[in-house]
Formats: sequence, C-alpha cells, structure tokens
Amino acid sequence: MSGRALCDFDEVEVVAVSRHFGRRRALAKTTLTFRAGQVTGLFGPNGAGKTTLLGMLSTLVRPTSGEVRYGGATARALGDPLRGRIGVLGHDLFLYGDLSARENLEFFGRLYGVERLEERVAQALASARLDDRAHDRVASFSRGLRQRLALERALIHDPRLVLLDEPFTGLDDESAGLLGERLRSLREAGAIVLMATHDFESADGLIDRMIALRAGKVREIAPEAGSLRDRYRRAMAEEWA
Amino acid sequence: MSTLRSAWLIARKDLLVEARSRELAYTTLFFAVACVLVFSFAFVTEGKAVEGAAAGILWVALAFSGTLALGRAFERERQSETLRALLLAPAERAAVYLGKLAGLLVLMAAVEIVVVPVVGLLFAAPIGRAPWLLAALLGAGTLGFAGVGTLFAAMLVRAHSRDVLLPVLLYPITVPVIIAGVRGTGAIFAAEPNFEAAVAWLSMLIFFDAVFVTLALWTFAPVMEE
Amino acid sequence: MRVANRLVPLLLVVAALMYIRAPFMIQAAPLESVMGVVQKIFYFHVPSAMMTFLAAFVCGIASATYLWNRSKFADHVAVSAAELAVVFGLIVLVTGPLWARKAWGVWWQWDVRLTMTLVMWMIFVAYLLLRRFGGAGSEILAAAVGVFGTALVPFVYISVNYWRTIHPNTNVLKSLPAEMADPFRWAIFAFLLFFTALLLVRIRLESSRAVLEEAYAALED
Repeated sequence: MSGRALCDFDEVEVVAVSRHFGRRRALAKTTLTFRAGQVTGLFGPNGAGKTTLLGMLSTLVRPTSGEVRYGGATARALGDPLRGRIGVLGHDLFLYGDLSARENLEFFGRLYGVERLEERVAQALASARLDDRAHDRVASFSRGLRQRLALERALIHDPRLVLLDEPFTGLDDESAGLLGERLRSLREAGAIVLMATHDFESADGLIDRMIALRAGKVREIAPEAGSLRDRYRRAMAEEWA
Repeated sequence: MSTLRSAWLIARKDLLVEARSRELAYTTLFFAVACVLVFSFAFVTEGKAVEGAAAGILWVALAFSGTLALGRAFERERQSETLRALLLAPAERAAVYLGKLAGLLVLMAAVEIVVVPVVGLLFAAPIGRAPWLLAALLGAGTLGFAGVGTLFAAMLVRAHSRDVLLPVLLYPITVPVIIAGVRGTGAIFAAEPNFEAAVAWLSMLIFFDAVFVTLALWTFAPVMEE
Repeated sequence: MRVANRLVPLLLVVAALMYIRAPFMIQAAPLESVMGVVQKIFYFHVPSAMMTFLAAFVCGIASATYLWNRSKFADHVAVSAAELAVVFGLIVLVTGPLWARKAWGVWWQWDVRLTMTLVMWMIFVAYLLLRRFGGAGSEILAAAVGVFGTALVPFVYISVNYWRTIHPNTNVLKSLPAEMADPFRWAIFAFLLFFTALLLVRIRLESSRAVLEEAYAALED
C-alpha cells in the first residue's frame, strides 16, 4: 500500500561511504545501490558494521566520508520530510514500556502524521495479532510480542525505505511466516527493504540480494546454487580484498 | 506536521508515562526536600538560619534535583532507544527538544509548588510577600536551567560517564542562572525587601533564557546526529 | 597552515626575546603607590587573562564552525584553544590569589574578574573532561559546550558584577601612566606571540594525531 508521496524515491545510493569511530573503522569505503521492489539481506558476524550501515541509511548516523542519496538527493537537501518515508525496526525495538501497545502505535502514528489513524492502528494490531493485548503495557510483553509490535510501529506510516535490524529475533514459527508474507507484500508495493539478520532459514526465499559484511568491509554475494547459509559460509571462507 | 504540534505530542506522551508511574515526580520531590533539610543543618545555628540562607538553599536544592530529573528522564528514553525513534520522526529535530523541555518544566513546577512552601516554613521566609515576582523568578530560572540541561542531557545519552558528566557540564554553565535566582529571591526575602533589584535580576534571567533556549534550538539538530 | 607553521619558530624566538627583556622593563617601571612591588605581578596576570578569554573566543568560533560543517580543522582548533584557555586560566587563577594575598591579606575575595575567570575556566575544564571521558563521538558534544561557554561570557560578567556590588570593589588600576603602559603593552604583545605559537603547535599536533588515526584505519584495508 505504498502510495507515492511528495519526496518518494526509487533508489537509495550509498556513495563511497565510510564510517570511523576514532581509530576504529566501523565501515570501509562502500558504494552500493538499492532499488525499489528489492529485499536485500545483510549478513555478517556481530560488529561487522551492519547496524552502522543501517544507521547511515536511516539518517541518524553521519558518514565520515561519502554520502547517501535518496533518489539522487542527500538527506540534507531533502530535509525533515525524508524521515517520513523511512521506517526503522531497530535492534532495541523503539517501544515505550510504560505505554500500552495501542498507545505506542497511536503516538508514533500521530508523530508521523498518519491519516485515518484509528483504522490504521486497528489494522496494525490485527497484523501483529495483538488485539487482545492492545491495552496491556508493553513492558509486560514477551520478546516475541514486542518484536511483532515493533515491526508494526516501524511500518505504520507506509515507508518507502524499510530498514530492519534482526527482525526475526524471538519470533515463533507462525510469526516468522507472517513476517515473511509482510516482506513480500512490501516488495510488491515497491518498497526498498534492507534486512540485517542471522536467520538464514527464515530469510531464504525472501531476499533478492545478499550482502555480507566483515570487519567493516562489504561484499556482494552473487546468486548461486545452494542455501543462503552455504553461500554465506563459502563467501566467509574466502579472503576478501 | 508543525514543530509545535510534534513537541506537544512528545510532551503529552512524557506526561502520560509519568502519570502512570509517577516515579520521577515522587523521587525528584523527595530528593529536593531532602536537600533542603541537609543544607539547613549546615546553615542553621542556634535555631536560626544564617542571613539569606533560605534563597540559596532553595535554588541549590532545585538545581540538584533538576539535574537528577534530567538524568532520569533521558535514561528512560535510553531504554529501547526511544530517543532514536523520536529523532527518526519527520518532525523538525528541535521539536524533540521542545517536547522534552516542556515535560521537564511541568515536572519542576510540581516540585517547586511543594519545595517553596517547605523552605518558607523551615526558614520563616516570606514567600507570600511578592508571590507573582517570586513565581516569575522561579519560572525564568527553571526555564534557563532546564533549557540548557535538556540539550546536555539529550546529547549525553550516547556518551560514556554520562551520569557524572551532566552535572560537570551543567553547573558551570548555569552559574548566572543560580546567581540571578538566589539574588533575586534574596532581595524579596530580605528584612528590607528590594523589589527593584529582584526585577533587575528577573530581566537578566529572561535575557539568559532568550539567548540560551535559542542557542539550544540551533545546536540540537547538529549535536544529535552521530 | 603550512605558512603559519613555518612562522612558529620565529614567533617563539621573538616571544622568548621579549620575555627576556620584560623583567628589565618591569623592574624599570615605577612602583605603584599603594601596593608597591607586589603590583608588578599584574604584567603577567592581566595578559594571561586576556589570553584566556581570547582562547575561549577562538574555541567558541571553532566549535560553532564544527557544529555547522563538521570540519576536522575546526575541531582541531577548538580543542587546542580549549586547552590553552585552561592553561592560561590556571596562570590567572594562581597569580590572582598570590597578588591578592600580598596586597590585601586574603587569598580570595570573590573579585569580579577572578570569579568570572574561574567560572569560564571550569567550563573549559568540563569541555576537556567531556572529550576525554565521553567516549567516541564526543567531539560534536564538546562543540556544543564550547559554543555555550563562549556565549556565556557576557552573562557571567553581568551576573558576577552585580552580585558583587555589595562587597567592596578592589579594582585599582583604572588608568595607567605612560611608564607603566609601555611594559604592559610589551607584556601583552609577548603573551600574544607566545599564545599564537602555542596554538599553532597544538593544532599541528592534533592534525598529526588525526592523520595517524586515518593511517591506522587505512592499514586495515
């Protein structure tokens, strides 16, 4: 259901972007392009730079060098409305524990200027299958329930660019399946989806592109035969330039 | 979505969260009263307070408890990284600053409503002598302190040693606020009150607020970008 | 910057020569009627204070620039200036009480300008503490502190000044006779040269450190 908003874009480019924290290099000089209707999987060990890359795409982290372009324009040029087209599911979920599920969705919905909010919130609660717990405090939810709610929060404003950091964590089989369906419909609607994950099994069949990261270096893994896990292992076994 | 509306949404959310647990209100209030008590033991001899102690103790207690409240308020946003979520919203980043500031001002106002009478009681200070002037001094002073404090507390959320760095940064910069607040309040409480002086200090506070809240609004966005 | 760096040895030599001559000039200057020889500390105390505030001002401008465009050079200038503000501020805060003790018998009596210097000094110490202990990414946070610190100068002056009106004002040197003005100007100029040399050297040190870190990072490629 991604309608085209005023500053919508069909591709996101990462142009010669690197990120250093003092002496530590979190991301080496990287150039990548992500297109609409694509689901890209980011794989790599912890600390490889996946979260940093997602952070830069979300506009929260400034690159040390290079720039990120959304449909050709930088975040600075596009200004605040750009963030209305980006949806982020962070590692830490971005939910207020003291508020109920419904209140969380309503708050963020209002902040993003979502129209027909009541309807949208009801839809989101239904998708997350949290109708019966809509009025419970989020702090009382299990990790899996929180994860489902966090995904709905990230998508409540129909973003164009969807950034997911470990979305499968804590999800049971059924929920993982529902998430998969959600990603497929996002892809159909022309969203640009990036997903950092360790869950090869769930991601298999969902992603169009595979990118591996190791110690800040990025490498695209070409589509070949074999499961995602095998392809990843093969790429990791090699030496990277 | 206008900046003010977004700020209002954020402030309302903060007040809603606070209304649920009331953790900040109770602890900050208690801390402020405890401060007043501890200081009074230092400045009261033979059952009588040192001249001008009341004003000083009041403002120091508010500064200490204000710093605590700031730290706690942003610690809450650190859980689940919700501050990041706020910065991701399409609202102007300054709206986050304004929203958090408004929430904090309401909290401090609630604390002051209790602490001022406590000080009046313990030190026989004439808090009813010029109530509007006193309220204006407290309001302007709290705005100055919280105005700078909100920026610093927000920017320290991702820093190490944030608990100790907040007071280290905040106290020197708010020295003019404390001086003006104490002097202005002291001028009202004195045996021979000097209302002109109090008004002069009030104007300095208002000027400080104008300059530093503006400065904070300008620097908030660049400072919050990692 | 290259040109500026070339100047450093020249600045240091000239400053050194000026400092060598200074004691003779100060010796030759007349004794102040009230305080006698003790007053002569003023030739070091006041220029140090001027340098402190100059450093604070430079730090403020550099910090504002860094906030605006994240220029690495601006960051280097900011931290160098902050350090100099702390160093020269320390000189002021040590010579001030020494002077006060000898002249008026008390180490510290909340003199307007000394108190103001103390507050400003603490702000820049806080700046350095933030950079040291704040962890990665604290440059941008420190820049905000630098801007606020510098913007604070007029407010500290006004508030401390009016705060002190009840106590006696111990400002003695309203106007300087010519025999004192010359060594005073000499001292200011010497301090200014020294300050500039120190600033340039510190900036160069900071830039070198940054280049080294980039080299470390590149090594991993």
